[in-house]
Amino acid sequence: MSAAAPEAAGMFDCRKAFAEELSTLARTDDRIVAVCNDSVGSSNLAAFAAEFPERLVNVGIAEQNMVGVAAGLANGGFVPFVCAASPFLTGRALEQIKADIAYSGHHAVLCGMSPGLAYGELGPTHHSIEDLAWLRAIAELTVMVPADPRQTRAAVHWAAQAGAPSFLRIGRFPVPAVTPEDVPIEVDRVMELRPGRDVALVATGTMVSRALDAAARLAAEGVEARVLNVLTLQPLDAEPLLRAAAETGRVVTAEEGTVRGGLGSAVAELLSQARPVPMRILGVAGFAPTGSTAFLLDHFGLNADGIAAAARELLEVRP
Amino acid sequence: VTAAAQAGAERSARLRETAARARTLILRTIGRAGLGHVGGDLSVADILTTLFFDTLRLDPADPAWPLRDRLILSKGHCAAALYSVLALRGFFPEAMLDGFMAPLSPLNGHPNRRKVPGVEANTGPLGHGLPIGVGCAVAARLAGADWRTFVVLGDGELQEGSNWEAAMAAGHRGLGNLVAVVDRNRLQQGAPTETTNRLEPLAAKWRAFGWEVHEVDGHDHAALLEALPPGPGATQPRCVIARTVKGKGVSFMENRVEWHHKVPSPQQLEQALAEVGR
Repeated sequence: MSAAAPEAAGMFDCRKAFAEELSTLARTDDRIVAVCNDSVGSSNLAAFAAEFPERLVNVGIAEQNMVGVAAGLANGGFVPFVCAASPFLTGRALEQIKADIAYSGHHAVLCGMSPGLAYGELGPTHHSIEDLAWLRAIAELTVMVPADPRQTRAAVHWAAQAGAPSFLRIGRFPVPAVTPEDVPIEVDRVMELRPGRDVALVATGTMVSRALDAAARLAAEGVEARVLNVLTLQPLDAEPLLRAAAETGRVVTAEEGTVRGGLGSAVAELLSQARPVPMRILGVAGFAPTGSTAFLLDHFGLNADGIAAAARELLEVRP
Repeated sequence: VTAAAQAGAERSARLRETAARARTLILRTIGRAGLGHVGGDLSVADILTTLFFDTLRLDPADPAWPLRDRLILSKGHCAAALYSVLALRGFFPEAMLDGFMAPLSPLNGHPNRRKVPGVEANTGPLGHGLPIGVGCAVAARLAGADWRTFVVLGDGELQEGSNWEAAMAAGHRGLGNLVAVVDRNRLQQGAPTETTNRLEPLAAKWRAFGWEVHEVDGHDHAALLEALPPGPGATQPRCVIARTVKGKGVSFMENRVEWHHKVPSPQQLEQALAEVGR
């Protein structure tokens, strides 16, 4: 398995919050079942399995069947949470996700575990950098990328009640809490985590804390960067993004995924048509070389330095 | 002749008559649209008629009845057959068939459960129906309910690996409330299954995956009536391999690979309608 950095104090693996919230909801909602592909351990479902043994459907290593089975369970009145490593869930079963879940309008929750570069040294076969681009292209599928444990719980809670299909990207790379305790989470809204009028840093998932770090560095240089946290990538909450573009004139996006088709593309699709501003899209450019998740994030400039550097570059651009 | 035999013969005769009406609707629907998959529609017509008019527990007035039996047409390209039988069974007016594949019609070339009452799954890409059926069967078991799930598969689509993922799961779980019906017409889009990517020995394959297999003439309603319902207390999923003829009922279409999705000319349509008995 990946040599993800051991959990330091104040750093969280979002799979834990995911599993706890799922069990909490399952205690009062009989419709909730979990479906997995030999992934009880990697999806953190051991406690769920112990508490609700008959409500965990492990289909073995068979992702197409797994997603089809989830559609059938939804047809039978259940709310399936399909839990599997994101590269295999989204890559192997993409047609089932499109036809059996999204086009069929089934209330199923697809939970892509350990996405992005989480599998580090296991390499590009196990990296899930394409998932956001693939799933964002599918109509009527909500795509959510929580950035910390609180957002993860909120997303699980929302998805369980949605009455419609959704995809949750659940990170394993340890992240700090980024959502202020006194701020209520509206999962479908873009959250402003830091005000600023010089440049906007738009981030999702693991990149949110790094964007906040970048903003702190920029502030030391007299640059006020606004930090926007995109929890729901599709459908995208346009207003805060349009306002940020209008008020700052420069937008940097950062995501732990390919630079083609994900958050950066979603923001560019919106702004280029409604409020064009210079942009920088940060993400994973190409298949990754060998390295741990932490190494690879640095390698691709997906850290505070890289985000701050992209912001400085934009500040040189005269609109 | 015993009373039971007499009743059975009457059931079969009624189904034969209904299937002839279904074939008429299929031919008219495809003729009007100038589109469709007539060969497979005609091979599966007796199977769907037997299911919807006898085997399935359902209520056309309440298509979302939670305890209904589920029927999933995995070979979704044969939507015209499904729509025709659903209309005959009263799920929607026969006049709706006039809109088959017309702009903005609910009757798309492949079935949509959100638009057409009686449709359980949005099939079309092959190899999707059986996994969904396994999920329905697991759902019944979890719910402690006694509704049953039937999945009608094309034979060609058994070349899709997802079917065998599902077959393995159903066998492993002993889903006695699940029935797969294979429309074994031996022809896929461009050629015979056996020269394209061999399926035989097909019954042995299903048995090896833990299924109870019944092989029947897929145009013999009495045989279908007997083979389709799962046995009470069954501990294995059931596979009914229904030997059929692609284009069944229309002499110039039968066993002809080009009638997979060829559309009859007005003259051919007249002849075909006359042959199926209108």
